[in-house]
Amino acid sequence: MGKWSRRAFITTGIAAGGVVVFGVAIRRGDRSGIVGDLIADPGDAIFDIWLKISPDNTVTAIVPHAEMGQGVHTTLAMMLADELDADWARLEVVEAPSDKEFANYALARGYAAGDVDFPAWLIDTVDGFFFRATQAMGLQITGGSTSVRTTGQFAMRVTGAAARSALLHAAADEWQVPVEELGARDSVISHAASQRTATYASFAAAAARLRLPAKPRLKSAEQFRIMGTSPQRGDIPAKVDGSAMFGIDTRLPGMKYAAVKASPVFGGTVRSYDAASVQDLPGVRKVIDLDAAVAVVADGYWQAKRALDQLPIEFDDAGNAGWEQGDIFKQFAQDLDASASAGDEETDLETGDATAVLAAAEHVLEAEYRVPFLAHATMEPMNCTAWVHDDECELWLGTQNPLGFAKDAAEAIDFDADKVTVHNQYLGGGFGRRAFSDVAVQAARVAAEVPYPVKLVWSREEDTRHDHYRQASISRFRGGLDAAGNTLAWHNHYVNKYDPEEAPHIPYAIDNQRIVYTVSKTHVPWGFWRSVDHSLHAFFTESFIDELAVAAGRDPYEYRRELLMNQPRFLAVLDLAATKAGWGEALPENIGRGISIHRSFGTIVAEVVDVEVVDGEVSVQRVVCAVDAGFAMHPDGMAAQMESGIAYGMTAALYGEISIRRGAVAQSNFHDYPMLRIDKAPVVETHIINSGESLGGAGEPGTPPIAPALTNAIYDATGIRIRELPIRLHDLGKPNRRETDVA
Amino acid sequence: MIPLKINGKEHAVDVDPTTPLLWVIRDYVGLTGTKFGCGIAQCGACTVHLNGSPIRSCVTPVQVAAEQEITTIEGLGDAQQGLHPLQQAWIDEQVPQCGYCQSGQIMSAAALLETNTSPSDADIDRAMAGIVCRCGTYPRIRKGIKRAAIALKTEPASGG
Repeated sequence: MGKWSRRAFITTGIAAGGVVVFGVAIRRGDRSGIVGDLIADPGDAIFDIWLKISPDNTVTAIVPHAEMGQGVHTTLAMMLADELDADWARLEVVEAPSDKEFANYALARGYAAGDVDFPAWLIDTVDGFFFRATQAMGLQITGGSTSVRTTGQFAMRVTGAAARSALLHAAADEWQVPVEELGARDSVISHAASQRTATYASFAAAAARLRLPAKPRLKSAEQFRIMGTSPQRGDIPAKVDGSAMFGIDTRLPGMKYAAVKASPVFGGTVRSYDAASVQDLPGVRKVIDLDAAVAVVADGYWQAKRALDQLPIEFDDAGNAGWEQGDIFKQFAQDLDASASAGDEETDLETGDATAVLAAAEHVLEAEYRVPFLAHATMEPMNCTAWVHDDECELWLGTQNPLGFAKDAAEAIDFDADKVTVHNQYLGGGFGRRAFSDVAVQAARVAAEVPYPVKLVWSREEDTRHDHYRQASISRFRGGLDAAGNTLAWHNHYVNKYDPEEAPHIPYAIDNQRIVYTVSKTHVPWGFWRSVDHSLHAFFTESFIDELAVAAGRDPYEYRRELLMNQPRFLAVLDLAATKAGWGEALPENIGRGISIHRSFGTIVAEVVDVEVVDGEVSVQRVVCAVDAGFAMHPDGMAAQMESGIAYGMTAALYGEISIRRGAVAQSNFHDYPMLRIDKAPVVETHIINSGESLGGAGEPGTPPIAPALTNAIYDATGIRIRELPIRLHDLGKPNRRETDVA
Repeated sequence: MIPLKINGKEHAVDVDPTTPLLWVIRDYVGLTGTKFGCGIAQCGACTVHLNGSPIRSCVTPVQVAAEQEITTIEGLGDAQQGLHPLQQAWIDEQVPQCGYCQSGQIMSAAALLETNTSPSDADIDRAMAGIVCRCGTYPRIRKGIKRAAIALKTEPASGG
């Protein structure tokens, strides 16, 4: 399942001869661009670009999404193969090249149909020239936990079913039998009465001449043969022997290397540098001014890096060098105060009259929470190989948005976007970071100034200090209880709203809710970070609901249950997690247990954490996770994504803090921006509910619940309520502050 | 010219002797399975074996490794020459996600199994804590190492 260039694909098509391509997005007879190339051989028939059937009866699924470990290549191929009744053992997968004909129409349809919220990070791409005349068409992005529920549902399954139907009709015509008497399995069509069998390939050309059904009948869950099973992922063998090609592994003839350093202070630009001082160092070829950064090009990466380290550069700081982290939180607090007194907050959600009910409530609980900025820290640092030649620009890297990157690189070097080709490679971690094109723009600009290909690689320090960061935030709550401990009102006021819109919403039956926010901008660049706004709001809301439970004198699990009585899906997930974790059993000394539940990207996840706290040292023993994503297409992949989302969120909860000092990021590498390691990694048990509801995502929903489940567990163990992340900032060595710490 | 012996094959590279072994392996020898992660021996993505012991190639000057046995992930095994039991276990347990750190994980685990044929969870944690995985594959790494340990006992002396 190697990566696959336009050239390789065309060659395969011609070499194989008679290869048939199926799908729904491209009209027959459209010979523009790469589609024209694909049908250059008159023997080829083309419906679309989602599946090919070769003369040897091999079926190839063409997947328009990037593989970053979420298993998307495998899961989407399963959805296609199952509807097609294809032979899974002989199924191949390729990633679609980054051409607009291969773009993610299914995703666009999902948005158009209202099945998926439009992630804000796509708007620039959508509004771009590729799609100016259309609506949300022409995407080829990977993010927002959307691949299975959009491309999978709307393209892969539909195409598989439509192709199966066309193949059966072609066989019925040939054999002169009613189509209802035909069966299909493992890429073979059979007619029991006449004992005839034939491969899909033998009918593929005839099928391609038939009109595909517009709305083919899809299988019901009971008819699935492949969906809902866990075949081995196709990308894994190459990831155990070093042969998997990540962006950073690109090697081209004559390629040189670049190291880059940008203004440490965000918004700053290059004022001056002394290129002559490094020009004579071994291997150095060129020093290039990129306005906000300086790049050194050399024969080897180490030569480039060493020369850059020795290069004196002066940066202008754009007036931002005065910012300290404390000032940013102070600004947030002041802006919250000011808009609260002026009453000019932006409204997220208003039901009932929370203000009046709080004024009259028997008991009002107040709390304020904080979270810091966070970097993504993908294991593969940002990098891009670029080559400008023959009025074209080619880019090799791992990206979550290849068309957007091509557009941005084209603009930076004043090319037509059609002249920029992105060769997408495996992503060494994405998490939202590889939706930002900054490194591709740098590489294209460097390549535009030299006659050879250049691999530009960021140091870990550059990667940490020039990320697009999960926002820091403050969130304030007031909860109103009556004398019996019933929760009557929920008031939440926080700074800065990004995406998705519903992230601060709660599922609980509280009649009077007022959720508002205030914009308080900083100079720190913002970015999509696994689960986006959910990553902070789940911590805020699931901590405060826990505090309300304590204030009401109730068990945190039982209290949530009472407030979820009219939400059967949430209740089932919560109950499953609690039951599997053994909620209510007596716990050993120093062990605490916490619970949380949150819905994001259409998927509900509850997590129960067991934590041990001894002498202030936190040790997470076990995480029990229950998840309802509607249906788990690949249960082991779903479990892997829960394990992964939990580890990512736990790393942030325990350690994650990016802080601003003199306008720049204070942290630089893993020694001061630490990561979860195996010796601190808990056992994770995942339990899946297939509720049959609309499909939700898998890549992100595991992350939001872990921070509050963990801090709620720490409260249970120590009586210390953690209202500011990361946990390592807190002294948990003081025993039993349970009584005094409750507001 | 610095003489190197990588995966049993001789190379001679014309580089500054202080160049980290990592960049020589990747950029001059062309073996890209060994990864750059941090450059300061904090993440372990660059782990290779020097005379059988795991080292961080990002902070090891190439001259230190001259004329000694260097083994990279490509030398441990592959589908053609036969997978190392750890590589097979990684497939069986479906360990990798993004996969970027896994060369370092597998090389560290291989060194562990050379000296400890039945590692406990605590042994694994101790030996593997230097290798960072952002995808959170740690629980599966533990399972993979234990599975490989059993396979090594039943089929000794395969792989490197």
